[in-house]
Amino acid sequence: MSDYLRNWLTLVVFGGVAVLLVGAFLGLGSLVRPSRQTSQKAVVYESGVDPQGDMWSQSNIRYYVFALMFVLFDVEAVFIFPWATRLEVYDVFGLVEMAIFIFILALGLFYAWRKGLLRWI
Amino acid sequence: MSTPAIFAAVTGFDPLTGGEFLVAQNIAFAIMAITMLVSAVRMVTTGNVVHAALYLVIVLAGAAGIFILLGAEFVGVTQVLVYIGAIVVLFLFGIMLTKGSFGADDGVGGERRGIAAMVGALVLAVMAAALLDTFRDAELSRAEPSLTADVADLIFSRYIVPFEAISVLLLAALIGAIVVARGD
Amino acid sequence: MILAADPLLVDGIDLTVVLIVLLKAGVAFALLLVAVMLVIWFERKLISDMQNRIGPALAGPWGILQTLADGIKLFFKEDLLPTRADRVVFRLAPYLSIIPAFVAFAIVPVGGDFSDGGDGTVSMFGRSTFLQVADPPVGVLFFLALSAVAVYGVMLAGWSSGSKYPLLGSVRASAQMISYEAALGLAIATVFLSSGSLSTHDIVVGQSATTWNVLATGIVPFGIFLIAGTAELNRPPFDLVEAEQELVGGFHTEYSSIRFALFFLSEFMNMITMSAIAVTLFLGGPAGPIVTQRVAWVWPLFWFFLKVMAFLFTFVWLRATLPRFRYDQLMDLGWKVLIPAALGWFLLIATLDVAADLGWPTIPVVIVGVLVLWGGASLLSGAVRKAQAERLEEADRGADETAGSASGLGEA
Repeated sequence: MSDYLRNWLTLVVFGGVAVLLVGAFLGLGSLVRPSRQTSQKAVVYESGVDPQGDMWSQSNIRYYVFALMFVLFDVEAVFIFPWATRLEVYDVFGLVEMAIFIFILALGLFYAWRKGLLRWI
Repeated sequence: MSTPAIFAAVTGFDPLTGGEFLVAQNIAFAIMAITMLVSAVRMVTTGNVVHAALYLVIVLAGAAGIFILLGAEFVGVTQVLVYIGAIVVLFLFGIMLTKGSFGADDGVGGERRGIAAMVGALVLAVMAAALLDTFRDAELSRAEPSLTADVADLIFSRYIVPFEAISVLLLAALIGAIVVARGD
Repeated sequence: MILAADPLLVDGIDLTVVLIVLLKAGVAFALLLVAVMLVIWFERKLISDMQNRIGPALAGPWGILQTLADGIKLFFKEDLLPTRADRVVFRLAPYLSIIPAFVAFAIVPVGGDFSDGGDGTVSMFGRSTFLQVADPPVGVLFFLALSAVAVYGVMLAGWSSGSKYPLLGSVRASAQMISYEAALGLAIATVFLSSGSLSTHDIVVGQSATTWNVLATGIVPFGIFLIAGTAELNRPPFDLVEAEQELVGGFHTEYSSIRFALFFLSEFMNMITMSAIAVTLFLGGPAGPIVTQRVAWVWPLFWFFLKVMAFLFTFVWLRATLPRFRYDQLMDLGWKVLIPAALGWFLLIATLDVAADLGWPTIPVVIVGVLVLWGGASLLSGAVRKAQAERLEEADRGADETAGSASGLGEA
């Protein structure tokens, strides 16, 4: 096994121990805490009155646009990161390519801005 | 199956890597592959859309794990960052746009299962053929995992046109969503 | 840039290596848990001081055991599960919130000699190793991926509760977190320009060789990182997630007992991790002067914790000073200020790097770069102002119908 995989194995083991630790907390809690459930206790909180209607409320389309713009900038960041570590090799060619890339994606942001989608009423 | 073949399957003899034994890697791969398979099946059979999205997250995480196992850590972590961190979140926001999707919804695509299965099988066949055709003889370099710099060099030499095309594609997607959102 | 892997893992593995790795992992866990308890106490004590109160004073000396007492109390509280909740996801959400908080700390180098071009190895039981649990070559990307996973904890906790306030809180919170994650990532990209590596260890080594990244990247990315980090943590003044005046408790309203404690812990653990990452990326990690040669290994640890403490103090200070942002102000700051600024600054620094490589004179390049950025910004603000004017005009003309349709929009 290479040191590369050992590194990741360490992280996996670390995460596994974290899961076990959290599980142990929850297990210990379930051992010591009292449990006297009534149907009233299992009613969701709604400022002290009985919950009205359905809990599901349709969310605003703006959230979807923000999530889509996040996809845009996340992909952009993922391309920027490896490029940034190798900039000294690519020089002007790389700089121009990246400037075009960023410019095109920035157009998306400005379009959303111009159309008022970034404005939260 | 002959005894050497069984022995090879159990201990992880892998002809692609020049006949070395890769026990730990094969066990890890088996765990991830089985988890992915089970989650993928659950994803299409569950009646709850949010649960389906969560099973998709497990499948994507498994794919990320396999990428890391194969030495492509940049791709693996990117898989988590973009697919799990952004695209499935986008799906979830999309689900929240709809009305009344809390709890089990038994009517999810029930009557079109046959066609869906057929399309799935077709996609599988095409992908498998393409992958086999491209990578049949490719050897896995275990000794040297691919570095981020290698990925960068490939993007900015051989794949420079797809790289710029991606930005236009993403822009088109965003403009489309904005037009739909504004309703004009 | 040499890609130096942790020397501990390069050669064969024997029992000593396994034990050292386990020791490092165990120490990291213990350190995080103790630090979280102390940070909660520190925040309560400090904010009391700033508000002229005494704060926790009864449990232990200066109330230092208050967090422990609260934690033990939460163990003995009844665990309630709302009838309308999605049982599996409701139980899963706290894990998704706290596990990334734990794991992200594994990539932070907490010690090791980085002064005078040292590579940060320490000697432990006859082996040399880094003082961090793991050093994947894509470390910082790994941190970003973990903070992307943490969004699920918040989102699913609110969705699975089957209650209105948590749902509203979680949709808001996840939109806020993804918005600022974009700004966070773009601010970090500038660090990669000067470090040339994605590994946390290499970034710290790179800073010890030249200057700290906070100066090398020109302060702006550091400021963006700090603001975006505060928003990513849902700390005041960006704590709209649990704006108790509007949303009761936000996404964890329906959680009780130890499950609530896990959300609470993960919030403060994320605060520690974010401070540690900020120190690693911008402030040279554990680098600092070695004052005495006798216990030389203590000094990097000391400098690291001092820097992290400065960040923690800043977070508390911000909370005590600033009122909460409105949601529209929050989104405006993220998308209209931080992201364009981060992108523009990134391109400016990249251009300067290339110019320095090609031997162009620095000062004219800086002037031209700043002029181009300024021109772009003014063009942009002009376009936006024009759009706003047009929109107002439009709104004036169609005031009646707009008012009708606006009230019909479901605001979530």
